[in-house]
Amino acid sequence: MPDWTEHDSILRSVPQYRDKLKSMKERILADAVMLGEIPAPTFGEEPIVRFLKDRFTENALDAISTDEVGNAIGLLPGRTGNRSILVAAHVDKIWESGVDHTVTVTANRLKGPGVADNAMGVTALTALPNILESLGVKLDANLIFLGASRSMGRGDLEGLRFFLNHCQHPIHTGVCLEGVQLGRLSYSSLGMIRGEISIESQVGTDWESWSLSGAIPCMNWIIQQILSIETPEVPKTSIILGSVQAGTTYSSPPDHALLRFEVRSEEPGMVARIRGRIEEFVDQINAEHQTRAGIQIIARRRPGSIGFSHPLVKGTREVMARLGIQPTVAPSISELAALLDKDIPSLTLGITTGSNKHNFNESIEIEPMYAGFAQLVAVLQLIDKGICDGND
Amino acid sequence: METIDNWLSKNTFHHGEYWDLLKLVELKEQKGLSISLCIPTLNEEKTIGKEIIIFKSELMDRYPLIDEIAVIDSGSTDQTCEIAASFGADVYLSTDILASEGFKRGKGENLWKAIYQLKGDIICYVDADIKNIHPRFATGLVGPLIHRDEVQYVKAFYDRPLAFSQGIRPSGGGRVTEILVRPLFSLFFPELTALIQPLSGEYAVRREVLESIPFPIGYGVETSHIIDVYMKYGLEAFAQTDLDQRVHRNQSTLDLGKMSFGILQSFLNRMESYGMVDRLPEMANIFRQFQAEGNRYEQVLREIIEEERPPMIEIEAYRKKFSR
Repeated sequence: MPDWTEHDSILRSVPQYRDKLKSMKERILADAVMLGEIPAPTFGEEPIVRFLKDRFTENALDAISTDEVGNAIGLLPGRTGNRSILVAAHVDKIWESGVDHTVTVTANRLKGPGVADNAMGVTALTALPNILESLGVKLDANLIFLGASRSMGRGDLEGLRFFLNHCQHPIHTGVCLEGVQLGRLSYSSLGMIRGEISIESQVGTDWESWSLSGAIPCMNWIIQQILSIETPEVPKTSIILGSVQAGTTYSSPPDHALLRFEVRSEEPGMVARIRGRIEEFVDQINAEHQTRAGIQIIARRRPGSIGFSHPLVKGTREVMARLGIQPTVAPSISELAALLDKDIPSLTLGITTGSNKHNFNESIEIEPMYAGFAQLVAVLQLIDKGICDGND
Repeated sequence: METIDNWLSKNTFHHGEYWDLLKLVELKEQKGLSISLCIPTLNEEKTIGKEIIIFKSELMDRYPLIDEIAVIDSGSTDQTCEIAASFGADVYLSTDILASEGFKRGKGENLWKAIYQLKGDIICYVDADIKNIHPRFATGLVGPLIHRDEVQYVKAFYDRPLAFSQGIRPSGGGRVTEILVRPLFSLFFPELTALIQPLSGEYAVRREVLESIPFPIGYGVETSHIIDVYMKYGLEAFAQTDLDQRVHRNQSTLDLGKMSFGILQSFLNRMESYGMVDRLPEMANIFRQFQAEGNRYEQVLREIIEEERPPMIEIEAYRKKFSR
């Protein structure tokens, strides 16, 4: 059982942590800048993983390694090593290598593609050993730092899943980190599928059939059908149409169209049912028209949750309250899903505030990050003192 | 020229040779050296913050290689000074330093006043407009000074294009270097053509050298330094380090014209002070450029003889033909 005197003393220390961390400003920001400037598209993470491993070496971590899917791993041994806490951040970014990754620094913020998602999250992995040292915090538990590769889009959490399937240490608890937003408190993952529908359609050669032929009207029909699917508000369910690609000119109907979509739901089974409906539309259009339409599912998650009243969630809310952080509870579809899949109690936290995520002018604020790191240290201390143990 | 080839192989480095910061710090401490980093600024709010963060974090907080980071500002009207100070740099206004000597506006002024204001045995100057700042911009320059006592003045050069189809590539400096400075050096100071980028704004120098040379306050400061250090200590006092790529904003041709005018003034001034104006040395007719293969740099010599024909009227056949 957790020791409640220690629990209180950790909570009382949090504001002091935040203030003390200001002396580490340049060290933390230098990592965020350098991690921000290294291109790391999904499946192209080697350079950022190399940087991460170098930092792990400088921080004197143990067991520094990469595995066959290109994760960066390092271990900070605890005093007793009685349990292992996973601290994970995905290293891949949505930006291709050719994009200008220059980070600009002003007095209050860092700006550049990928600084929020996820240079600042990864910075927690490189900064945490120094942060713990400068705050004089020594944990009993081992901390396993994981820079997770192949996480986003088509990566489909491959890095983290591989690690969880092959890690030799049993993972007691997981904390996933995202650069933004501070206050994020995700303890559940949505059921989700991501897929692509592609249509190959013959284009008529005569004047009469031009206006109605080609892949666009067919895709339009599919989209209409998908939009007609009724989704319940409770449990929350949504269908997102993320991208449509077809055609290049004004006057030639294209013979190919592509739709990217995502379905999310809190209810087990709901995503599968919606997927079944969409597959029927695809079959129907193939049967009724001269088309070759197909559906490919590229990512899937099962829904999971540790629950709002889990002591880890409650403790984290207490830590946030001490720092004046307003928690934003939102289910996750990212790393957390892979951890909850394995029944590992886990959370996702944000480090600082920011704006324009996934735009060229993506930016993060400097000042709130002290609270973000203070929150992380305190949550790790609570886990270390056994806050999850009653629920084991 | 044998001296140049010998110097190129002995005194030309790549920043990668100084990657081991622990070793560099250890040697610096053994030798009892102190190092100051000086960033001269005028309205550089876009890039200054990142430079300070990287240098302070990597070369002061993590590895104590640099003892002070100073920004010397010529009166920026943007946020340059505030940003630099917020990340822990010592910020000085050029006008406040050595006020008894007055104030002249120009980068050279800031570099000169840095000698008075800063404490280091070595001063490493780095321009504030570098977009891809990295610790190598300082380590690569102070490295040779820490390792080799006879080296006095280390210049940066930039190379390594990311994609190049053949083994041998043309190499060299910017437009002003290739069009103005290299031809001048080829004519009058052939040995100085060994410097691949004599005008680069990044260099590290020992205090004894800095305190003993004059400072043009404008564009000519680098050219003038090089000539003075060469005349006093010879080519052996120099070293140069490849810092790979440098990303910065491009200057317009008009700005390069202004720069060239300033450099030419300083160059002729140096010629005058060394008594070379009314007794020009025999002009060389070998022009010296660079090519590189991997990490090996070699000079490419081209004989360019500007021969001359007399006015046509002096030719007998011409006068005869046209009855002149």
